[in-house]
Amino acid sequence: MNISHHFDDATLISYSSGSLPQGMALLVASHLHWCPECRVRTEETDTIGGALLDALAPVALADDALEQLLARLDAVEVEPAPAPAPVQNSDNDDELPAPLAAVLGQPIDALPWRRVGYGVQQVDLGLEGPGATRLLRIQPGISVPHHTHRGNELTLILRGSYTDEVGRFQRGDVADVDTEVQHQPIVDTDQECICLIATDAPLKFSGLIGRLAQPFIGL
Amino acid sequence: MLEDDPEGKKVNAATDLAHERQARERENWTRALATLAETRDRKLFAELFAHFGPRVKAYIIRLGMPMATAEEITQEAMLSVWRKAHLFNAAKASASTWIFTLTRNLCIDRMRRERHMEYELPDDKADPQERHDGEQAVLEQRMRKAIDTLPDAQAQVLFLSYYEGKSHSEIAEQLGIPLGSVKSRLRLAFGKLKQHWEGES
Ligand SMILES: [Zn+2]
Repeated sequence: MNISHHFDDATLISYSSGSLPQGMALLVASHLHWCPECRVRTEETDTIGGALLDALAPVALADDALEQLLARLDAVEVEPAPAPAPVQNSDNDDELPAPLAAVLGQPIDALPWRRVGYGVQQVDLGLEGPGATRLLRIQPGISVPHHTHRGNELTLILRGSYTDEVGRFQRGDVADVDTEVQHQPIVDTDQECICLIATDAPLKFSGLIGRLAQPFIGL
Repeated sequence: MLEDDPEGKKVNAATDLAHERQARERENWTRALATLAETRDRKLFAELFAHFGPRVKAYIIRLGMPMATAEEITQEAMLSVWRKAHLFNAAKASASTWIFTLTRNLCIDRMRRERHMEYELPDDKADPQERHDGEQAVLEQRMRKAIDTLPDAQAQVLFLSYYEGKSHSEIAEQLGIPLGSVKSRLRLAFGKLKQHWEGES
């Protein structure tokens, strides 16, 4: 996989500090699964957490805390369901990153896609927290209306590609944009584009088409 | 006068000594954790518990958890340390960093009231950045030192992220600044920490 667009540092800091909404954290983990470069950067942002943990003034534990814990060391652990085995360097173009595959539980084409506009289908993952997490499937030549963002928006390309004001985004790439960016992605090959999009606030469309499309697409 | 201030030099030397001592301590804890995986020594575990338990509790309280919950999650976190010690890789993280990530995941878990999806990431065997055991602890100490030198505005957004678990939007709202400023402050802070991380190695 040839990845050329990665996360903003600020996003990885939020991932490491545990302050991303669930859907965005899922998207970050999915890209990390594919991207050694961002994994190294995440080790660095985790290290900030380690340094800050060490800097805290200790708070005394209950008197019997150690005793209680030692008594539990021998208890048989109820094993949670094992995490899916990571698959590396897969040549299969339809392979989903393991974290996303675990949440979806079925192949991408078997999902209950719902038509939300001309040439656009979506699946809402229905995760909790602010913002939304959805899969979007866009037909060749279709462009998503001009929109800006009130919060952050993360996009991970799973299949196909698109081009917008920032550049060209292909499988494995992430787009990490916020309020400052106004963009209008267009699917730029004859292959459909499927991407995972997670936001921490609803999108704000600009222009007439945007205003018409917003209630329709429900983005 | 400043360049020839013997007092100032003494202070600097003392700080350097303190940092060196801290770096050694970090290295020792990291070795201790790696040893625990092999020996399953309860006495060693009790020592790790005595050092990290109260810090883990402090972190959980900062995240806004009630006292009783903090005590309980601290127990869970330290129990995970015992159970997962075999997964600890001293070439990838220091003991503090590893225990921080375990605790963070447990807190996310608790706040979402559902199981945190712990994602198994591919193991980077041929990592060019692979470091020998204990080196991570030194890097972390350098990071700690660098955090102290950040401008207040940058340290603040870092603390709000890590200590209070606040999202970019929440920080923007709390400080009354645009979202973009929160992100650029975080970026600047990370850039500076990275300089220390890479520059002095
Ligand atoms: Zn990346």
